[in-house]
Amino acid sequence: MNRWMTVRRSIAAVLGGLGLLAIGLVAAGYDPGAAFGALFRGAFGSWYAFSSATLPRSVPLIILGLGFAIAYRSGALNIGGEGQFLVGAIAATWLGGMMGGVPPVLAIPIVLAGSVVAGALWIAIPVLLRLRFGVLEVISTLLLNFVAEALVSLMVQGPLQEAKGIYPQSDPIAVPSRLPIVGGTRLHLGFFLALALIGAAWFLFHRTLLGFRMKAIGLGPKAAHLVGRISVGSLLAVSLLVSGAIAGLAGGVEVTGVTYALFQNLSPGYGFTAIAVALLARGHPLGIVAAGVLFGALEAGAGAMQRDAGIPAVAVYVVQAVTIIIVLLADATLRRRPTPAAAT
Amino acid sequence: MEWVAVAGGFVAAAVRAGTPLLWAALGETLTERSGVINLGVEGAMLVGALAGTLGGFAGGPWVGVIAAAGAGGVASLVFAVLAIVARADQIITGTAITLGAVGVTGIVFRRAFGSTGPGLDLETFPSVSVPLLHRIPVLGEGLFHQPALTYLAVLVAGALAWFVFRTRWGLALRAVGESPEAARAAGISVRSVQLVATVVGGVAAGIGGATLVLAQVGTFAEKMTAGRGFIAIAIVVLGRWHPMGVLAAALFFGGASALQFLFQAMGFDVPYQLFLMLPYLLALAALTGVVGKARGPAALGVSSDEG
Repeated sequence: MNRWMTVRRSIAAVLGGLGLLAIGLVAAGYDPGAAFGALFRGAFGSWYAFSSATLPRSVPLIILGLGFAIAYRSGALNIGGEGQFLVGAIAATWLGGMMGGVPPVLAIPIVLAGSVVAGALWIAIPVLLRLRFGVLEVISTLLLNFVAEALVSLMVQGPLQEAKGIYPQSDPIAVPSRLPIVGGTRLHLGFFLALALIGAAWFLFHRTLLGFRMKAIGLGPKAAHLVGRISVGSLLAVSLLVSGAIAGLAGGVEVTGVTYALFQNLSPGYGFTAIAVALLARGHPLGIVAAGVLFGALEAGAGAMQRDAGIPAVAVYVVQAVTIIIVLLADATLRRRPTPAAAT
Repeated sequence: MEWVAVAGGFVAAAVRAGTPLLWAALGETLTERSGVINLGVEGAMLVGALAGTLGGFAGGPWVGVIAAAGAGGVASLVFAVLAIVARADQIITGTAITLGAVGVTGIVFRRAFGSTGPGLDLETFPSVSVPLLHRIPVLGEGLFHQPALTYLAVLVAGALAWFVFRTRWGLALRAVGESPEAARAAGISVRSVQLVATVVGGVAAGIGGATLVLAQVGTFAEKMTAGRGFIAIAIVVLGRWHPMGVLAAALFFGGASALQFLFQAMGFDVPYQLFLMLPYLLALAALTGVVGKARGPAALGVSSDEG
């Protein structure tokens, strides 16, 4: 396979998405020049914009994108990253609130481990339903997103609500559980953690037997079972659990690195944007970093676009949707099946 | 006599909440019978809700319904072209369509109404009473004092059941969903059947979105469908791909959404978020309990290779 062709197609997909957004904006009577100007300034206009808006927003996208990709390469679709992210954030807020006086070298790993466990437990339900009852994980993970949203709402108006009890939000987490920040920016340790995870995933897929087997069941579960004596069910369970754990971690990193508190609408749909990130990268770890930064820039720019040009931030969903569709189409027309056979 | 009023109110609320679900689920039943699973039904409902709002302001509720039907059909046509004609992955295409619908409705809604929203002066469907029957205690209010779209949905369910199981076209539809190869050998154009079933399914989902606005909420809000399209997919499974089963399942989910009303009326103090979770948890439970016993169309979700 020609890697440069793939990269070129991915770039074309993003440009196509932006192009269609421009057409849509013109059709709706907006000034696309002003819109894209604001978008660019908000994302890349200054070192501060890049390091404090674009990169921090790319962190959840990279981590969540990696989580989606790990399941995807084994032929499973985890559309529930958003929900796992939210329960990870709940766990991190709960644990983070109890870390007063604990040294950061202990507090941070404890809090993040809590979010990993929460994410894994949340996806354990769909894994169980798939293995025991044959319920498609696509629908079960999707449905649990809405449950997680309601759970956040319940938490910030119940057990985790601020001591003052006025707003539906939690108290800030204790200082030792907050991630260190690069001086003069809002870039936090989570970015480097995300890069480390990417490195680990690259190693998993390219240098280990487990990674090879995961790819094998993604490409052809029957062949993998018959020829490679691979237990498809348990491997699928492992990859889904890892996928959910990573998504939970993304929620923990967001709370400990950016928001320091839990509130409703904590995620502007990161879980769904991450699917576009992973597909654009075709599940390749390094591609996820590039696509994550690109979509982080879009998220950052979308805020500026709403402020300066009055265009709703949800407009970037159009870009994401079109990007996904163009990638799918490009792959489908080349007769190389984009989805591993076991995906559905 | 207090409980009669409470129970009557519960039934009415259940039917009201179940109607948008029923429209969308009937459409998805038709689509899935042809072997296509359309996760974009959520997006089709959402564009239907917005088109219903715009059409409703422009020319009254019925214009709104027609606009919503068109919008839902167009959204599903996009899905159909990508997933059926170009054979892109159905699940991911459906997710992308829903994502795109959130963006498009966001842009159009802000453009049409600014950031303040349309307010609440949209003309909605009046409830129509069926003579005599609406006086039946408990059930009368809920079943026979409803907006026209509710009665229409029940009629559509009956018509769909007749169509799927009693007509030659219905037979062709089921053949395509069960075994595309056999259908093709019998001279049926698999792709045409799937295209039509998907677009018509989207029309129904669009009407479901309009129902939400024009017979229930009375206004549009961003992302207002809140996963109802996905619940509709669970309803199709629970109803075992049979329109009458879907009718019952949609009522059941309407009841789950209306429980909040019941509990408040009975004076229980339960956090409202638990009721928000309930339909999704029930959908999961329904899928779990049913999947082993009911079987969907054999070729569901499999992209067909037409030589």
